[in-house]
Amino acid sequence: MDSCPCIKNFLLLDSEGNRVAVKYYSDEWPTNSAKEAFEKALFSKTQKTNARTEAEIAMFENHIIVYKFVQDLHFFVVGAEGENELILVTVLQGFFDAVGLLLRGNVDKKEALENLDLILLCLDEIVDGGVILETDANAIAGKVASHSVDATAPLSEQTISQALATAREHLARSLLNCMYVPVPWLADDDAMGSSG
Amino acid sequence: MAQPLVKKDDDRDEEVEYSPFFGIEKGAVLQEARVFNDPQLDPQRCSQVITKLLYLLNQGEAFTKVEATEVFFSVTKLFQSKDLGLRRMVYVMIKELSPSADEVIMVTSSLMKDMTSKTDMYRANAIRVLCRITDGTLLTQIERYLKQAIVDKNPVVSSAALVSGIHLLQTNPEIVKRWSNEVQEAVQSRAALVQFHALALLHQIRQNDRLAVNKLVSSLTRGSVRSPLAQCLLIRYTSQVIRESANNTQTGDRPFYDFLEGCLRHKAEMVIFEAARAITELNGVTSRELTPAITVLQLFLSSSKPVLRFAAVRTLNKVAMTHPTAVTNCNIDMESLISDQNRSIATLAITTLLKTGNESSVDRLMKQITNFMSDIADEFKIVVVEAIRSLCLKFPLKHRSLMNFLSNILREEGGFEYKKAIVDSIVILIRDIPEAKETGLLHLCEFIEDCEFTYLSTQILHFLGIEGPKTSDPSKYIRYIYNRVHLENATVRAGAVSTLAKFGAMVDGLKPRIFVLLRRCLFDTDDEVRDRATLYLNTLGGDGAVVETGADVKEFLFGSLDIPLVNLENSLKNYEPSEKPFDINFVPKEVKTQPLAEKKAPGKKPTGLGAPPPGPPSTVDAYEKLLSSIPEFSNFGKLFKSSAPVELTEAETEYAVNVVKHIFDSHVVFQYNCTNTIPEQLLENVTVLVDGSEAEEFSEVASKPLRSLPYDSPGQTFVAFEKPEGVPAVGKFSNMLRFIVKEVDPSTGEAEDDGVEDEYQLEDLEVVAADYILKVGVSNFRNAWESMGADFERVDEYGLGPRDSLAEAVNAVIDLLGMQPCEGTEVVSPNSRSHTCLLSGVYIGNVKVLVRLQFGLDGPKDVAMKLAVRSEDETVSDAIHEIVASG
Repeated sequence: MDSCPCIKNFLLLDSEGNRVAVKYYSDEWPTNSAKEAFEKALFSKTQKTNARTEAEIAMFENHIIVYKFVQDLHFFVVGAEGENELILVTVLQGFFDAVGLLLRGNVDKKEALENLDLILLCLDEIVDGGVILETDANAIAGKVASHSVDATAPLSEQTISQALATAREHLARSLLNCMYVPVPWLADDDAMGSSG
Repeated sequence: MAQPLVKKDDDRDEEVEYSPFFGIEKGAVLQEARVFNDPQLDPQRCSQVITKLLYLLNQGEAFTKVEATEVFFSVTKLFQSKDLGLRRMVYVMIKELSPSADEVIMVTSSLMKDMTSKTDMYRANAIRVLCRITDGTLLTQIERYLKQAIVDKNPVVSSAALVSGIHLLQTNPEIVKRWSNEVQEAVQSRAALVQFHALALLHQIRQNDRLAVNKLVSSLTRGSVRSPLAQCLLIRYTSQVIRESANNTQTGDRPFYDFLEGCLRHKAEMVIFEAARAITELNGVTSRELTPAITVLQLFLSSSKPVLRFAAVRTLNKVAMTHPTAVTNCNIDMESLISDQNRSIATLAITTLLKTGNESSVDRLMKQITNFMSDIADEFKIVVVEAIRSLCLKFPLKHRSLMNFLSNILREEGGFEYKKAIVDSIVILIRDIPEAKETGLLHLCEFIEDCEFTYLSTQILHFLGIEGPKTSDPSKYIRYIYNRVHLENATVRAGAVSTLAKFGAMVDGLKPRIFVLLRRCLFDTDDEVRDRATLYLNTLGGDGAVVETGADVKEFLFGSLDIPLVNLENSLKNYEPSEKPFDINFVPKEVKTQPLAEKKAPGKKPTGLGAPPPGPPSTVDAYEKLLSSIPEFSNFGKLFKSSAPVELTEAETEYAVNVVKHIFDSHVVFQYNCTNTIPEQLLENVTVLVDGSEAEEFSEVASKPLRSLPYDSPGQTFVAFEKPEGVPAVGKFSNMLRFIVKEVDPSTGEAEDDGVEDEYQLEDLEVVAADYILKVGVSNFRNAWESMGADFERVDEYGLGPRDSLAEAVNAVIDLLGMQPCEGTEVVSPNSRSHTCLLSGVYIGNVKVLVRLQFGLDGPKDVAMKLAVRSEDETVSDAIHEIVASG
């Protein structure tokens, strides 16, 4: 209680409780199976609740869980029992909104997996080893997207040319990601690419 | 850009499993990672491969040591690329791989270069990565850069260094502590989060220096803290300071309370809540102090955000335990939360209402809860059941409706834990509210008619056996009990037979009918059931006439076993089959307190090879065995009590000695456990010279020296005293360790032939009144108290003078008397102004003693105590008062 607010873990799960991205900062779950068991139990406890308009909250195995759902994605932040709930929800909201900005509003599992690098960088910018780094979604997304912390303009207020540049990069990335879709003409390209 | 997206959506409809990582396989990705070694790096492609590797790690895929090393080395190649995005991924990857020390060296120079780069993003991230993977030796090399980074003008760089400092403080505190000037400067930063991180680090650096924390708090509470997070931290540190200074200020205003109250008007909700919670958790908070905090929490209750409602109701729930009246203002808001979508909030609201509600609102509340119970999970239901139990104890007049509620939910579906909570609650209500007894017992009877849990059935049958015969019409329970004999498994049947027998023994009129039933049980298929029936039929007078059952038979069959089961188990294990039958009177009755003493020992003595135990395994029967093996003490009779070891030397001295006091009826034996902690010495002929001039009633009769005490292997020496028989003589003894010391050659381990006589002063030892009282618990204090009767009751009041807290006073009296606290009454709830503590024990001469202590605060610090003693002997009752009066 006298210490710094601490985040135990972030979970981003899909609508069946499978991992999209997770990050553990606490060693309470030493093995992967312990982590998976925790995620599974947490998911089944919360899946019936409606956490789409406002973030919801629950007590679970002596942790405080705040969570929010959108489309087929479930966002969770887990903290200690004695933690200030409003701090945890601020972190959750920062994570949630930053992902929204980075995925340009198309927040669903497919989009999240296609931009997994952005999600992982996003987590890296919010919390470091359990200590909160940043909670402002614009600042988080800005640091991730611009690939530079000295970009002063937040993502939501980018100029047209910047937006175009990012969009172009985005398009390139989407095309590259198409490699994994079994579409014949792209699959051929892929084969050529890996043989070359 | 829109087109491909739409196209992929179509794909997904056809193929449910769509994922860019579909069919990903570790081996293939590791192959792909070879692109990191290409002379012409393709940043896009490398980023993608890293993403795939991170995806695998994230899904829980484990890399072998070789694989991890290989990936790590190829990733280090990527530092050549100037691509910003790729570099970010490299940083994340290195952190995930957590490389070993010799691998770290590979990237150190690259990271140090980035740390001094002109690009802020490089600096910030390189600091975080390097601090994560580095060890102490490298840290001194980069310390200079880190100190600079803390005061960097870019807030992200500064935060990165400060957060790394927070982590490093755990492993390298002496280095991080040197940065306090820079951290102090960063606390004044204009950037909100820098201030937060700097404050957290500064506090952690100084947390053991109370004065410094005090200064930090008083300067910051006056100044302006920008970030809400930092403000929350400041509130936490402030309440810590308040807590620690609480003992110094007697009366008047609490320091810093105004600051906390001011935070209730902060614009950030997290700060308001943090402050409100801090106020409710103040030690001995007054209702005037509470009011503003309760007011803001009440506003939160009607918020549209579930998190806010949850936080508020959870805090109010805690307040309701100590200050129920302060929360009653929120009752209306709280009632509307019963129908909250979020079940955690609804449960907390209900249990809060149950704590704060008054007698008139109980019925209305129960109606609301009944609707609510059907759609919550068992874990919440248990909380509600417990709250209802305490409500019923608070308003015994309402027992009818509350008992009805419990019996209704008992009939509904539910798991074991839930059912057990209900049954426990009904049992407690039956015990404490006499009017509720008959209905409660019938509810339980109905429950066992259809109960799937063997444990609960046997518990209820046992309880029926105790309470049923005392009711106005015991015969009406027989049917329920005998039905069990027909319909249940063997365990329950055996339990039912015992219960029937209890009715037969206690209610003479029922005896003939019970005997008919018991005889039928003789043909049961299970031998335990048959055995029990046979035993009862024979001991209760087999002809089944209406006769009174002898008191000794009752005591034998149904008396409580006042021996801890662990001790009985040990004695049975030690018993060797022989001519001599096992005698239950020789089983020690002392409740074991040993684990506590053992827990302390390793902390105290980290020296030596694997920290040798201070003495032999010091359980009661081990002592008894040890003492009876010494001929000098064999005629002392039965050992009454052995004390816990008392240390006679400071920790870390040349010779470690502790003493165990063994009390016999007319003797006392001191067992000195000695350990020699000097490898170069061998001690011989070790004795303890005891000066009993301050213990007049004692005279030394025997002593048993220890022949040899080599390094690190403990040995014992004994001294025995005679004292008046059965008298709790007290006294003080001074001790001197005397021995012959011989030098030992550490290389060969051989001792020299010649020794020198030497002495070593030990601390004094006291025999106190508590040594004559055994800690023997009773399972049901109230029953024991009533059956003891008031014949030899002695009551008196004492002023204990100013004390730090009520809990401290309670513990002092428990220690003084050396008796066993019962029913958890040794725990004093914080902030309470009165407390009742129940103790039980056996006084020397095998006299049972029960003590009821009532404590109250008289003025701000003075504690007053009412002491009521019941025992089987009035001189013993007086003796207990004597102990307290002189203690």
